[in-house]
Amino acid sequence: MTTTTTTEVIASSSGSWRAVRAFFRNPAAVLATAFLVFVTIVALTAPLIYPEDPLSMVARPFLWPGQNPKFLLGSDSLGRDVAAGLVWGSRISLVIGIAAMALGVTIGIVVGATAGYFGGRIDDALVRLVEIFQTTPSFLMLVVLVAIAEPRVESITVGIALVTWPTIARLVRAEFRSLREKDFVTAARGLGYGHLRIIFIEILPNALPPIIVTSSVIVASAILMESALSFMGLGDPNRISWGSMIGASRETLRTAWYLTAIPGIAIVLTVLALNMIGDALNDALNPRLSGER
Amino acid sequence: MSKAPLLDVSGLTIAFPGGTPVADFGFRVAAGETVAVVGESGSGKSLTALAIMRLLPRTARIATGTVRFQGRDLFALPEPEMRKVRGREIAMIFQEPMTSLNPVLTVGKQIAEVLRLHEGLSAESARKRAIELLDLVRVADPHRRVDDFPHRLSGGMRQRVMIAMAVACTPKLLIADEPTTALDVTIQAQVLDLLESLRRDLGMALMLITHDLGIVGQWADRVVVMYAGRGAEEAEAAALLGDPLHPYTRGLLAASPRLDASLHYTAGTLREIPGSISSAIGEPGCPFVPRCPLAQPSCRTAPPPLMPVRPGRLLACPPVAATLEPIDAAAVGR
Amino acid sequence: MPLLSVVDLHTHFRTPEGELRAVDGVSLTVDKGESVGLVGESGCGKSTLGKAVLRLVQPTSGSVGFDGEEVSRLPADALGPFRRRAQMIFQDPFSSLNPRHTIERILTAPLYVHGIGDRAERKRRVPRMIEQGGLPLSSLSRYPHEFSGGQRQRIGIARALILGPELVVCDEPVSALDLSIQAQILNLLVEMKREYGLSYLFISHDLSVIRYFANRVLVMYLGRIVESAAGADLWARPLHPYTRALIQAIPDPARRRQAAPIGGDIASPLDIPKGCRFHPRCPIATSICTKVDPALVRHGDGHEAACHHAGQLTRPPEA
Repeated sequence: MTTTTTTEVIASSSGSWRAVRAFFRNPAAVLATAFLVFVTIVALTAPLIYPEDPLSMVARPFLWPGQNPKFLLGSDSLGRDVAAGLVWGSRISLVIGIAAMALGVTIGIVVGATAGYFGGRIDDALVRLVEIFQTTPSFLMLVVLVAIAEPRVESITVGIALVTWPTIARLVRAEFRSLREKDFVTAARGLGYGHLRIIFIEILPNALPPIIVTSSVIVASAILMESALSFMGLGDPNRISWGSMIGASRETLRTAWYLTAIPGIAIVLTVLALNMIGDALNDALNPRLSGER
Repeated sequence: MSKAPLLDVSGLTIAFPGGTPVADFGFRVAAGETVAVVGESGSGKSLTALAIMRLLPRTARIATGTVRFQGRDLFALPEPEMRKVRGREIAMIFQEPMTSLNPVLTVGKQIAEVLRLHEGLSAESARKRAIELLDLVRVADPHRRVDDFPHRLSGGMRQRVMIAMAVACTPKLLIADEPTTALDVTIQAQVLDLLESLRRDLGMALMLITHDLGIVGQWADRVVVMYAGRGAEEAEAAALLGDPLHPYTRGLLAASPRLDASLHYTAGTLREIPGSISSAIGEPGCPFVPRCPLAQPSCRTAPPPLMPVRPGRLLACPPVAATLEPIDAAAVGR
Repeated sequence: MPLLSVVDLHTHFRTPEGELRAVDGVSLTVDKGESVGLVGESGCGKSTLGKAVLRLVQPTSGSVGFDGEEVSRLPADALGPFRRRAQMIFQDPFSSLNPRHTIERILTAPLYVHGIGDRAERKRRVPRMIEQGGLPLSSLSRYPHEFSGGQRQRIGIARALILGPELVVCDEPVSALDLSIQAQILNLLVEMKREYGLSYLFISHDLSVIRYFANRVLVMYLGRIVESAAGADLWARPLHPYTRALIQAIPDPARRRQAAPIGGDIASPLDIPKGCRFHPRCPIATSICTKVDPALVRHGDGHEAACHHAGQLTRPPEA
């Protein structure tokens, strides 16, 4: 009886709108989204804000923030504008984060859906493949992959996608295994629908909520991985990123700590925002939780 | 009816943020009696049981009403006192015996736990008593079964274990919430048969929540019909089935295919009750009005209360009551 | 020629605990326009049988003939025409509709997949079907969760019938519904049968529903048909002790406070008893029942039972 009352309450509006409303009722989610929108706008408009190459030397080295109003966040050991680096670096972080996530999620969905939907030997084989990737230390693998290929944005993106897809694949497989037993899937088979239609049109939309939640966390970890690579000097040498900014100034950590702190804070805030959005999505997309609020 | 009731629920209204699934509901259970509470899902019958046990979900609030058990107001008891009532004086069993049992403990341990908690038995004597109880609920081979985990047992067996736990402290009232709905018909007959003999042997009263009018007819003394959180009709079981008065009860009996009736699809359609129970939401008058063939404008003003219409018989339908012979109110005694 | 004819069908599953014989040698027929009731308790394999007939579960052995064509061995890509002609209605109206699709999409997709009609034709057919199912046209743009159980079952029926099938397997179509809604759905099924000349294989655990709905009744126990008869004949003269117990177990005011007709639990299909599979629970079992598996034998016109002591009410003396 309690279930009927809750379903009736939920039934008053359609599913996705309810989730959107639940999401924006969460103040942390609103704050995190606002921050990410801000970062995205900054990244998109970087060429307008700082038309000059952020790698060019424009000022006296080691200007502290506030010392010269022209260079709001100061300059680094080579006299490059920190603010320009921060703005341009956001482009690399976001592009790699989102592209690596998109690629990783795509591979993960294809593998996970195939394994979970068909089961049997196909499943056995794909699960072994996932296990191989998951038992290898992922950052080490990433370092090796990037070292073999040229360190460019494309190869870093592919590398990060290759180490993150198994998480999504496992998740999708589990969802598909439970959803394929539902009567509506049996009905779809009984109506003569093909496998592709059943996988992508019938089952996948129902498996999306956990995938979406995990994706936001994957963007965050992709940003962290890119930063770590750049910090180690394995990033794209022709592009400035938050990680490479930290890496370049690690020798002057004691004398000019602001050079590591500023991009560090940018990374922390972005990753935190993405994780907060992940949590909020999890609550919002889970009707039982948001129904009780 | 002349005996002082064991359980007296009156004016019970349960409120949720989204509505009031139970409104101004009341009934009595005498000692040793079997009272069936009948209704479809959404009628509020399970919530009423949970309210009696004070186990309502947190979002629910008891807006009005009292529950008296052996003269004591249960809603006024402090929680530690209420905990002593639960399990020892009033016990409850549920529809789904799989989820009501803890999957990681043997059934013996779970029965023994009740005994140790309420009766203060030692581990050894609790185990002995658990085996006796399994025997009492007709579990074959209780010495072996006592060490089984719930997943090793069939649905019927699990419900027997639940019953053993419920009657472990010989409660005065057993509330059975759709105890056989999840079971097969031959197993259902066994479980109902068991509940009946336990009621007789242990001198319990039984509050049997069900949606099945056949069960009511076979096993209950008295029956209360609920619709959308309110009482619709109350009567002796045989009287209700033989001569239903409320349009909802009449509709239900006419709508159910019965084995003894010879109606076949080739000969005619079943009588339907149009619409569904959700039409009662927001209805200011009688909740059944949107589906009722006898609805009159006066039915829409206020929900009708249960009124005595015959000895031992209550009805919440003024249009039908008006067609019955007037009764001497003094002879009804309520 | 019957529309559906199933011969010695087996459906076994391999499980970690051993081989599960869900359907263990079932033969049955459904004639054109007939409504065949299949009754049994949970675990008897009735649902698996329904799915195996429709090739939603692959039969282990045996044959399923549909309108003269053997369908149990057809390759998956050749099943299309059969799918159009044989459909299923499910028990659980909550899990049988895709929660992410609108009703219009749910009803249009089958037509689209089978290439029936053009866009305009589909736009005409779908609203007609939903109205026949007893729902307003405004339902089409809504999602399944906006409907009650009974309404969802109407949608499930509309989906099953939109391809214009001849045989419909109904798997407990009303047992998840409230009593006051059951009659509505049963009446709708009768109406659709008249309208389209459907044949039904109607699976239920509820004898009263079967009694109303079936021309002929099959009683299933642990993977086998144990009795088969025309409806009226079965209720008046049940031959198998299990059928008798099923009938007597239905709660009935006429049997006020009477003891249960049979004891014991249904055996597991993982471990089917030797001899007659019903003998551990049977009130009239004798020594032959523990050894010899009885075949389905004819006892008068169209009435068959698989029992060594068919028709006897008490235990016969041992030879």
